[in-house]
Amino acid sequence: MAPLTATRVLRPVGTAGKLFAFGLDVGRGLFRRPFQLREFLQQAWFIASVTIIPTALVAIPFGAVIALQVGGLIKQFGAQSFTGSASVLAVIQQAGPIATALLIAGAGGSAIAADLGARRIREELDAMMVLGIDPIQRLVVPRVLACMLVAVFLNGMVSVVGVAGGYVFNVVLQDGTPGAYLASFTALAQLPDLWIGMLKALVFGFIAAIVAAYKGMNAGGGPKGVGDAVNESVVITFLLLFIVNFVLSTIYLQLVPPKTG
Amino acid sequence: MGVEIKVEDLSKSFGKQLIWGDVTLTVPAGEICVMLGPSGTGKSVFLKTLIGLLKPDKGSIIIEGTDIASCSEKELYEIRKLFGVLFQDGAMFGSMNLYDNVAFPLREHTKKSESEIRSIVMEKMDLVGLLGAEDKLPGEISGGMRKRAGLARALVLDPEIVLFDEPDSGLDPVRTAFLNQLIVDLNAQIDATFLIVTHDINTARTVPDNIGLLYHKHLAMFGPREMLLSSEEPVVRQFLNAQRVGPIGMSEEKDADELAAEADQELPPLPPIPMQLEPSNGIPRRSQREPGSWCREHGITPPPGSFEENMTMTTGG
Repeated sequence: MAPLTATRVLRPVGTAGKLFAFGLDVGRGLFRRPFQLREFLQQAWFIASVTIIPTALVAIPFGAVIALQVGGLIKQFGAQSFTGSASVLAVIQQAGPIATALLIAGAGGSAIAADLGARRIREELDAMMVLGIDPIQRLVVPRVLACMLVAVFLNGMVSVVGVAGGYVFNVVLQDGTPGAYLASFTALAQLPDLWIGMLKALVFGFIAAIVAAYKGMNAGGGPKGVGDAVNESVVITFLLLFIVNFVLSTIYLQLVPPKTG
Repeated sequence: MGVEIKVEDLSKSFGKQLIWGDVTLTVPAGEICVMLGPSGTGKSVFLKTLIGLLKPDKGSIIIEGTDIASCSEKELYEIRKLFGVLFQDGAMFGSMNLYDNVAFPLREHTKKSESEIRSIVMEKMDLVGLLGAEDKLPGEISGGMRKRAGLARALVLDPEIVLFDEPDSGLDPVRTAFLNQLIVDLNAQIDATFLIVTHDINTARTVPDNIGLLYHKHLAMFGPREMLLSSEEPVVRQFLNAQRVGPIGMSEEKDADELAAEADQELPPLPPIPMQLEPSNGIPRRSQREPGSWCREHGITPPPGSFEENMTMTTGG
């Protein structure tokens, strides 16, 4: 009984290790020539096309909720002039990368896992390996890079749309003054906030693509296996993203001193 | 000229379950071999191990001096360029049409111009009888066509070793006959080493130079076609003649009671050994042996009626 329990307990550790090893393999593949430009562009276009509209639609209420919440709170403190700054900070540092990550994982990642999983059970990946082509280099690396690129662009879009949404709600619903909202941007927010947002998006895109590709390439047991792989890849990605977001935010807040008015 | 595959002491298990152990055989260069076995004896696993898709637990597979079981990933990708593999369902890339599928290895591995690629692809498509279907997607064609397209793709890099994973599963008898003829003709033409995994006994009886039989987690026998077809070994005899009497049962091997009940049953006589399928142009293949030569050399009298033209192909009894 003891070895059985040990196997059960240690299995997640093994899976985590394999996932990490897979990430390293992909990392090594990033620098191996020839680079699959065509596949990269196709994938980037595909991922962008399935994520742009949902992301924009998510970004508006996201920005609005933050504006309403923060705006309400800040009014009680009597610091209305900082509303703009607070919502910019919240959108760029947190909401932008997170919304991006959710969409990349939910729309892009699930598509990658389903695609690779279907190829796996139809023996396409085996056929490719037998033809002397490494699927990691041929299929996974372009997808990972595409995910990272699109994540950074989406992050930019969420930031713009989110801040604009916040502006509209603050000015229209909360009687904020347009000038105060815009002028306070630079009061608390600073340039490194933008960098950390972009870095987060980059890392999230990487993680989402790696998990999706790993799960897809290791799908098994027929069509049901593909469904399970997609499902697991989305759930695992979400969990990982929130943990990584926490870690990155903590490190950032420790390293970069907040701007004082 | 093909390449020899030397398998020594190979074992593979999934978890605690042994698939097969201590398999030792040499697939001779340029010859056609068939690997037979009841369903679920790990024939496909054997094939996947040969191309390095699965790692064996122990043993070695030597091809051109490289041990596939222990070589590095990089060497593996190099050595795989010698292989052409026909997967069970063709394993065509679903997002590309047949032309791009067949052209894929050429585009990835060679610096040939598009017009050169076109002529090679068209030649292979013609070979498998798929001219005119280049623009179809794999999802739009029948299983038999997918298989033939898979064969065209496997052949496009002029492989030294061609592996077939159940080329006849899911095909009608006529198409199977055509495919078998195609295999023999191809071997005559490109002289590569062929290994066919199947459980179709008709294919096994008429196509290969050598037959191997996987049974009960080991290689029961491997040798020239006539050796196995004239063998009195119970397992070989039962399987190659599709009989119910013998050690192989419905699920796995029969238990002692069943075997005891069969003990006094008269075994049907061995059916005659059929002629080997010849290339359609009539020129013998390089590795082809004269009918009956093995039996003569080893002083074995083949079953009556063997090696006669137009003999009936009936098996079983």
